Amino acid sequence: MSPTQFEAATLARDIRADALRMVAAANASHIGTCLSMGDILAVLYADILRYDVGDPSWSDRDRFILSKGHGAAILYAVLAEVGFFETELLAQYCCDGSMLMGHASHKVPGVEVSTGSLGHGLPIGTGMALAAKRGGVDYRTFVLVGDGELDEGSNWEAMLFATTHELDGLVMIVDRNGLQGFGESEDVMRLEPLAAKLEAFGWDVMTVDGHDCNQLRTALARDATVAGKPRAIIADTIKGKGVSYMEGKIEWHYRSPNAEQLAQALAELGVDS
Amino acid sequence: MRTAFVEQLCALAEADERIWLLTGDLGFSVLERFADAFPQRFVNAGVAEQNMIGVAAGLALSGKVPFVYSIANFPVMRCLEQIRNDVCYHGLDVKVVSVGGGMVYGSQGYTHHGVEDIAVMSALPGMSVLAPADPVEAAWAATAAVDRSGPVYVRLGKAGDPVLHSSPPQLEFGRAVTVREGADATLVSTGAALRIALEAASELESRGVHARVLSMPTVKPVDVEALTRAATDTPLVVTIEEHGPVGGLYSAVLEVIAPLRAAVCVRVALADEPAPMAGSCAYLSERSGLDPHSVAKTVLSLVGGKA
Ligand SMILES: Cc1ncc(C[n+]2csc(CCOP(=O)(O)OP(=O)(O)O)c2C)c(N)n1
Repeated sequence: MSPTQFEAATLARDIRADALRMVAAANASHIGTCLSMGDILAVLYADILRYDVGDPSWSDRDRFILSKGHGAAILYAVLAEVGFFETELLAQYCCDGSMLMGHASHKVPGVEVSTGSLGHGLPIGTGMALAAKRGGVDYRTFVLVGDGELDEGSNWEAMLFATTHELDGLVMIVDRNGLQGFGESEDVMRLEPLAAKLEAFGWDVMTVDGHDCNQLRTALARDATVAGKPRAIIADTIKGKGVSYMEGKIEWHYRSPNAEQLAQALAELGVDS
Repeated sequence: MRTAFVEQLCALAEADERIWLLTGDLGFSVLERFADAFPQRFVNAGVAEQNMIGVAAGLALSGKVPFVYSIANFPVMRCLEQIRNDVCYHGLDVKVVSVGGGMVYGSQGYTHHGVEDIAVMSALPGMSVLAPADPVEAAWAATAAVDRSGPVYVRLGKAGDPVLHSSPPQLEFGRAVTVREGADATLVSTGAALRIALEAASELESRGVHARVLSMPTVKPVDVEALTRAATDTPLVVTIEEHGPVGGLYSAVLEVIAPLRAAVCVRVALADEPAPMAGSCAYLSERSGLDPHSVAKTVLSLVGGKA
């Protein structure tokens, strides 16, 4: 089943608004992280991924792993908006007794694996892609990683592995917002020239505007696959995208908007408070 | 605890040029003080903990005393073999600091629960394990980590932990602190669980049971003398820790007390399972019976008669 009833740009706006409300209510961190990847998630769930909300463990589903698990709020938002569970539940984010933990949890319908410790998603996704390839099935596996997260050596081990095993069903999306936990990514650990590095590792690499739904759609499409090569999409993004006072500011990795800031943020997105 | 620790570390670094600080891309609004004062001895090593421990080992082999800073499991589990082989095997002066030990990051989920760290770090030969209870013990832990040569693990709570010691405690490496006297039972806690021990002791007092409270900021090497005294003076020893049930404070205490065949020793700890839901530290701890009232109930059921 491919969900065609969602329009990516609208979905992106709605899940950004959901995430803002969730993070504000829970006084939680990582709103900048969430807003950075809003368009990527919207395009995946509106136009790319094959899934069945009534059967989250359907064997032919495409796999999506949010490796930067601290962006859980907006992942839960997109899963609820497309119908894996009730959107009313989003208000329980981080609350006592809720399944919606602060980092992506496999207890939540539609979440493949629990993440939160960085650098685990790509190796796991590589295993899923290997199972598909050896099993002769055609589901695809998508892993969304942060650029700071690429500091972890485990990612580069997985990249070597994926090339060796010609895992062309594997797609890594890099949320290249240039910021991480305690500084700018290029200052902390130099990744550039990133595209050339990934190419040298044997991946088919494409750089896109991570807030342009058309570019994302083209890059993520099945027919863009190069036989025998895993695909890397470097999505140039802005941390905090869509909320003027959060854009490009590392403090919004940690801070939570107060009532007034939330109202302004929702107004900027063009949704009601 | 975090703030007190970092402040003390800055003061120590002022006087001791060997002290370095490496962070695993964490410490925003906390570590700037150190970074600004000692830019040549500060490194953000990125989200790459295995490499960070290796780098720290290299620095230690070059005469430095590196502190490695991150949260929860990241400086412990992610780089465990580097700590075991590069640091402990070589007996290096690397100090591993984890902020948010225990259930501090309760609602963040199991990836962020540092609830097996004491067991894992205690298992490493040569590793000292410190788990301060409050900001006073945390500041002491920074000094103790420098003074103690060789590998040290420091498990810290969060920012804004309350001060639990009503008067300045006598803190010494490898020694328990008697926070409250009593002869009916001994409550032994490590880390922030001291709050639970103290509140349980107050509740017990109101029921006529006088509980001794020992805070154990050093879990390894454990204070054999204080535990031997506790097991001889009181018929019951209860360990209280924000940690899983295996290999933590209870194990360390029992290793001393069991051969004495003196007191009964029981444990209050977290359940042996990943927390299955979101929840605050207090909420998730209570689910496991790790709260003052449950501790008091356990004691009352075992000392009997008195209440
Ligand atoms: C193994 C590990 N180390 C450290 C952390 C703490 N941490 C959480 S988010 C973060 C920064 C991540 O930056 P990036 O991957 O660029 O994601 P962004 O939020 O910028 O999208 C860090 C260091 C972690 N979650 N896991």
